[in-house]
Amino acid sequence: MSRDHVLHRVRTALGRSAGQPPTALPRTWIRIPDVPLEERVDQFCLALEALNGKTHRVASPEEARARVEGILAGRTAVLSNSALLTECGIHRIQAAQVGLNDRVRLRQACASAEVGITGANYVLADTGTLVMFSSREEARMISLLPPTHIAVVRREIFLTGLDELLTLVPVPSDRSSSMVFITGPSRTADIEQILVRGVHGPGEIHTVIL
Amino acid sequence: MNPLPRQAIHATLADANLQLAIYESTGRLMQKRRTALDSPLAADFQSWREQANRIKRHTIENLDHYLELIEQNLTRNGGKVIWARDATEAADFILQLAKDNHALRIVKSKSMTTEEIDLNERLEHHKLEVVETDLGEYILQLAHERPYHIVAPALHKTRYDVADIFTEKLGVEREVVIEKQTMIARAKLREKFLTADIGITGANFLIADSGAVVVVENEGNARLSSSAPRIQVAVAGMEKLIPRAQDLAVFLKVLGRSATGQPMTVYTSFLSGPRRPEEIDGPEQFYLVLVDNGRTRLLGDRNKRESLFCIRCGACLNHCPVYRKIGGHNYPWVYSGPIGAIISPQFHGVTQDPWLPYASSLCGACGEVCPVKIDIPRILLELRADVTKVKKREGAAWLERQAFRLWSFLMRHPKLYELAAMAAPAVLPGDGRWLRSVPGPFRVGPVAGWLRQRDLPAPAARSFRQLWRERRSRS
Repeated sequence: MSRDHVLHRVRTALGRSAGQPPTALPRTWIRIPDVPLEERVDQFCLALEALNGKTHRVASPEEARARVEGILAGRTAVLSNSALLTECGIHRIQAAQVGLNDRVRLRQACASAEVGITGANYVLADTGTLVMFSSREEARMISLLPPTHIAVVRREIFLTGLDELLTLVPVPSDRSSSMVFITGPSRTADIEQILVRGVHGPGEIHTVIL
Repeated sequence: MNPLPRQAIHATLADANLQLAIYESTGRLMQKRRTALDSPLAADFQSWREQANRIKRHTIENLDHYLELIEQNLTRNGGKVIWARDATEAADFILQLAKDNHALRIVKSKSMTTEEIDLNERLEHHKLEVVETDLGEYILQLAHERPYHIVAPALHKTRYDVADIFTEKLGVEREVVIEKQTMIARAKLREKFLTADIGITGANFLIADSGAVVVVENEGNARLSSSAPRIQVAVAGMEKLIPRAQDLAVFLKVLGRSATGQPMTVYTSFLSGPRRPEEIDGPEQFYLVLVDNGRTRLLGDRNKRESLFCIRCGACLNHCPVYRKIGGHNYPWVYSGPIGAIISPQFHGVTQDPWLPYASSLCGACGEVCPVKIDIPRILLELRADVTKVKKREGAAWLERQAFRLWSFLMRHPKLYELAAMAAPAVLPGDGRWLRSVPGPFRVGPVAGWLRQRDLPAPAARSFRQLWRERRSRS
């Protein structure tokens, strides 16, 4: 058995024996700054725009819907099952595919749609990051396959940064098989270190803040 | 024992375009890192490095415990851990997996570990189609080359090289605009993603308490490789473990900044097993292949085991004056630069490429920028000592040993040393700063080679000891 062989070699190299408890684990290094909500929203917008992402602040669900329609400008879209999208009436927008719960059909829809519209579970203000858990509300592909991604988010989910997220969700695997951080549009600099956006993921990203 | 690849190195040095490409790219990466560290967001950078080092040291020193822990937690999440002693075992598992699932096409995101075990060649040998999907790796796969740099694999290729490769291998019209080249790759690879049966990724971190794999990237190809196909396989060196998800609070912060100057890369995926029943998409099967392939050999050496702390950010390559001249392909293995110079000899034995620990000026830049504080210069010295021990045992390097014996004799006899120091200006005439010429008898063997690229400072007219005595007599 390779498993036992490898473990035996590791223990021999370290001078440890099977079942021996580990030495004292160093404490974590977590620092959560005190940043008021309004400032967190400002920080997020600044950070995301620096990466060429777009941010839109809206005052009501109706305005959110109007803004999303404006961004779409007639393009086809796939929507996630996020309750917030329904609340804003975004699911009623024409040319939007809604309620896809079958893996294969969803993937086909995402591969041909021009825009993917989702919610988000958290937002990290300092780095301009969206945090998304895969769930019955949010599929993995909607924020990934279409060339444009629109996320509609509430202010209440704005955290100061990574440290606060890992304090709220210390073991992310308890929530989902997949937690993804999205920080700006997909990019590459593999040829001559020249920046190109939209290589595999969306090259255009919008966040509508309610 | 492989000799120094002198010819290949001279070819690299003589290639002006290549020199410019390496110099510019590494220079830009250094600048991006500098800018990121100057930001107020990174005020705690030195504390993060300390913490990252502490956590890695603890994990490596208790590695067996964390290996068992991640296996236990990943299994609970519905995934499976595969243990691979070497390259063959890792490849055999994937071959069998492909066979059992009637899989023919595999998409891959960037992974140095799979480069290390030549996974593509092994799978292709058995008629599987393996497609690299990171843009740089895709270009290199088409060109049949190995990565030039840990983070920027095609750093040595210009847009014109890429145009040639795409025209020849993809049969597309010649295209030299980088944006358009990228879109050609996007279109070709999109089709592969949607039809692949297996997706292979590497791992930047393995999280023991969550039973999870963390993959960091900018393009989205790792997200696609891990989420589009029905089977996901993550291949990772065992040393990638960290104890807790909360430790990412320091590791993600130091990795992105050190590699590309990004406070956060575009995508960070925290993957902990197959799709759960309530989730809409994601892989049906999830495997983590833990690769040893020589790592347990390193682990036994208390003085050098910190080489396993490496998180593959590439900062030591960018800052290395040797890498910036000789590039990535003159190093004997997939890991190049200072980190390659310390891990390759430990994987393969110091006698395979005995020149490697000497491919350094010991300027110390690598150690200063390392985000997990690996003392690379010290390990290089230790490896040099190991090489010397072997040479001594074999009776080699006789001339070098005689030279140092003479030096040691002089150092122990101050009167003789002074005499030699006084005689030096007479034997080696200079213009006060540099030697005008080195007398013929000295221009032999390694000395001649050394002098070809360097000016030798002239001995001072009056020695330090003379100056010291004069000063004392004055006071």
